[in-house]
Amino acid sequence: MLVLNINGEPHSVDVPDDMPLLWVLRDVLGLTGTKFGCGIAQCGACTVHLDGAAVRSCVLPVAAVGSKAITTIEGVGASTVGKKVQQAWLDIEVVQCGYCQSGQIMSATALLAATPEPSDAQIDVAMSGNICRCGTYVRIREAIRQVATGQKVAPQTIPNEAPAAATARVLSFVHVEGVA
Amino acid sequence: MSLRFDQPVGEGRPDNPSRRDALKLGGLVVAFLWFGGGAKVLGRAAAQGPVGAGDPAFAPNAFIRVGSDGSVHLVMPSIEMGQGAYTGQATLLAEEMDLGLDQIVVEHAPANRKLYANPLLGEQATGGSTTIRFCWTTLRQAGAAARTLLVNAAAAKWKVDPAQCTVARGVIRHEASGRTLGYGEVADAAARLPMPEKVQEKDASAFSLIGKPLRRVDTAGKVDGSLQFSIDLRVPGMKIATVKACPTFGGKLVAVDDSRARQVPGFVAVLKIADAVATVGEHFWAAKQAMAALDITWDHGPNAQLSTEQLFKDLADASKNGTPIPGKEVGDVDKVKGKAIEATYQLPLLAHATMEPQNAIVHVRPDGCDIWTGTQVPARCVDVAAKLTGLKPETIVVHNQYMGGGFGRRLFEDPVEQAVAFARQVSYPLKVVWTREEDIAHDRYRPAYYDRIAATLGDDGKPLAWKHRTTSGSVLATFAPGAMAKNGMDADAIECAADLPYEFPNMKVEWVRHDMPDGLHLGWWRGVGPVHNVFVVESFIDELAHAAGKDPLIYRRELLQKNPRALGVLNLAAEKAGWGKGTLPARVGRGVAVAAPFGSYLCVIVEAEVSPQGEVKLRRAVAAVDCGIAVNPNTVEAQVQGGLIFGWTAALYNGITIKNGAVEQHNFNDYRMMRINETPALEVHLVDSKETPGGIGETGTVMAFPALFNAVFAATGVRLRSYPIDRAALVQGAEALKAVVTQATEAATSQEGLA
Repeated sequence: MLVLNINGEPHSVDVPDDMPLLWVLRDVLGLTGTKFGCGIAQCGACTVHLDGAAVRSCVLPVAAVGSKAITTIEGVGASTVGKKVQQAWLDIEVVQCGYCQSGQIMSATALLAATPEPSDAQIDVAMSGNICRCGTYVRIREAIRQVATGQKVAPQTIPNEAPAAATARVLSFVHVEGVA
Repeated sequence: MSLRFDQPVGEGRPDNPSRRDALKLGGLVVAFLWFGGGAKVLGRAAAQGPVGAGDPAFAPNAFIRVGSDGSVHLVMPSIEMGQGAYTGQATLLAEEMDLGLDQIVVEHAPANRKLYANPLLGEQATGGSTTIRFCWTTLRQAGAAARTLLVNAAAAKWKVDPAQCTVARGVIRHEASGRTLGYGEVADAAARLPMPEKVQEKDASAFSLIGKPLRRVDTAGKVDGSLQFSIDLRVPGMKIATVKACPTFGGKLVAVDDSRARQVPGFVAVLKIADAVATVGEHFWAAKQAMAALDITWDHGPNAQLSTEQLFKDLADASKNGTPIPGKEVGDVDKVKGKAIEATYQLPLLAHATMEPQNAIVHVRPDGCDIWTGTQVPARCVDVAAKLTGLKPETIVVHNQYMGGGFGRRLFEDPVEQAVAFARQVSYPLKVVWTREEDIAHDRYRPAYYDRIAATLGDDGKPLAWKHRTTSGSVLATFAPGAMAKNGMDADAIECAADLPYEFPNMKVEWVRHDMPDGLHLGWWRGVGPVHNVFVVESFIDELAHAAGKDPLIYRRELLQKNPRALGVLNLAAEKAGWGKGTLPARVGRGVAVAAPFGSYLCVIVEAEVSPQGEVKLRRAVAAVDCGIAVNPNTVEAQVQGGLIFGWTAALYNGITIKNGAVEQHNFNDYRMMRINETPALEVHLVDSKETPGGIGETGTVMAFPALFNAVFAATGVRLRSYPIDRAALVQGAEALKAVVTQATEAATSQEGLA
């Protein structure tokens, strides 16, 4: 029996020691926000935090976690940085299919928590372990820059929770061009 | 029908309308026309289908459900696989109903061809970049009809003229008296009113949602892990399986020794079907460990010797000796005299590699069957389950889900078919999850192509004659055989080859069909036919510009004088990219491509750098897009960005190869994906257009290949006619250096490229 500290809560699990943390989270505890993409630490869809550091849970034997604090996508919004990252992801609409985005957000949050103002090169290095098949990389960069700078670095979406009329001033989309 | 292609198509054969339509609509679209039919928009009959919104007070058609409490549920005919289709569809409905996107709930459509068939496809399917093209009319009419009935109900209650009423955010107001009623308050009354004979959709000037970068309806749950894909679902009593199919195409399962697998903690069972085995566990890890512990004996079947080399040798032989099927013929290409240029292009098989591996949960019972999966073809999943189980179709329920990528892979229900075949052997719900290795090795592959293309140039360097013969297997022939043209043509094989943005006085485009060995299944892929043909055509146009001694962008501009929309995007991209301006460093080049796939117009310019070792780095890319009215410009930009990266990924890294009858690639280590550090600065510029919307989801992928390869040529002087990119051919050498000097000189002295 192992006791795992996940998103601030203790969880007791009775699983084989060599079972990757990914499957403990998904199939034993029902925390399915962390995704399976490759099983060989190539795609980053399974990224979680161990004491704040991004790790690939698909190759991490659960017995190796020990007492380290596990944070998953379900809990990352509890931190200020995680919350900001999630909001920036929505504000500039990073997400397409969304399957890889749990991992992307976990990697981005780990980066920004350790390096609040990353350079473009640091962003690329920190995020290069996360594959996105939909090709959202341009907006991932922009969203991270938006969190880091506090500036709106890309066109913002109009939130659906607000009446459309109140957002009329945002209507001109910066990339629309006229052609003579 | 909202489809609208501006190119001259189907010339010379007016007697064959199906072929002409095929050219206009494209292969995937034609594939489904075979089925006929289509959703009824106006009319009560369409409201009788099963929906998930309970028992709504007002359900005027298959898409809209208004409750007495004012809740509005919109049922989505096209599925959401990341392309933003739910937001686009909801926007069209909400626009006509005068609702905000915050006031509606979107729902997955149940499997029901009668209610949810895409009228462009004649089938309940999502693909071919058709969602907005068909919904532009269908859903706006549906929304307008609902609004009309609700307003009529309120007006009748007030005994006033409906024309004196306005609607804002679902509240009907009689302007003269100031009285108001919510949609929910008149839903019951509206349900009893006769369907209006005719409804008028809003004029574009009145749009309050269409054209705005509204936030997607599906993303909030995708940033906090709460939105579930089918792979995430847990059904009570469910066990989890993983599968292994015979590695060789067309092979069979002979025997399984499971004595070691039974020792795995959490092991539940081993299940067998003719060509595959499943291990079942309490969790995926047990299933995977058990699979690794099986000793499996395969009969490798008739393709045990098959190789990629043999495949392409056979394609080349068929190209030379097979019988070509005519696709387009104008004038007489053989009578033209001039400078002759010819080339051969060869394109590999490609996998889809959706981020969410194939999976389905299936519960087969004596009285019915439930299937939870993410599919682009829900009704086909019912068909295949009915066939395998013998159950009546009406007892089979497909619970469709958000998809972790589709790209055409989920237009094929084979993973569901396989899951049903295993699940019917057990009493519990069975969740079948493929490993990535299984996903790569048992895909429905984008066809391999062998193209021979030739042109004869006049004194002015422009093509007087254009000949293009493509050779490939056919997706259509197996996917929807009835959709093949009478003369045997597969419209997808020549899409964007027969209908070029350019006009040439003499033209011959033809296809030689060469079927793949049994068991090697071909499939739709993001862009399919246009991805293949635009690569060949736009690469070859570049070759012709080079042969004519002209700047490739100016050459295209001269050829596009009669095509204002194509010219528009070409000039916009040239301006934004600074084409012809400045001097580029050695081994850096710019490439351009222009095309009109899926009813939209795009021009993409790529700036690429090739290292002395032959590694290709994308430095910058600019896309100009005219897709008509952009229902959501933010989504259009995202689709073009993502589509380009999808294409560049294949150009740089991908190609499924076969050895001894089996796929040689396994996972993302040897079937590589482009990563963020390889992504260039990427600008997407939209033309402000009032034209009817064109398709967008696949267009970026179409443009990616030729723009990149033309940039590589500009950087190195090396013309690559296949992919993935052959780094060895790009290693810096004496010949390559010479070409670089020539290119650099031309770029520095050319001022004509200014837009």
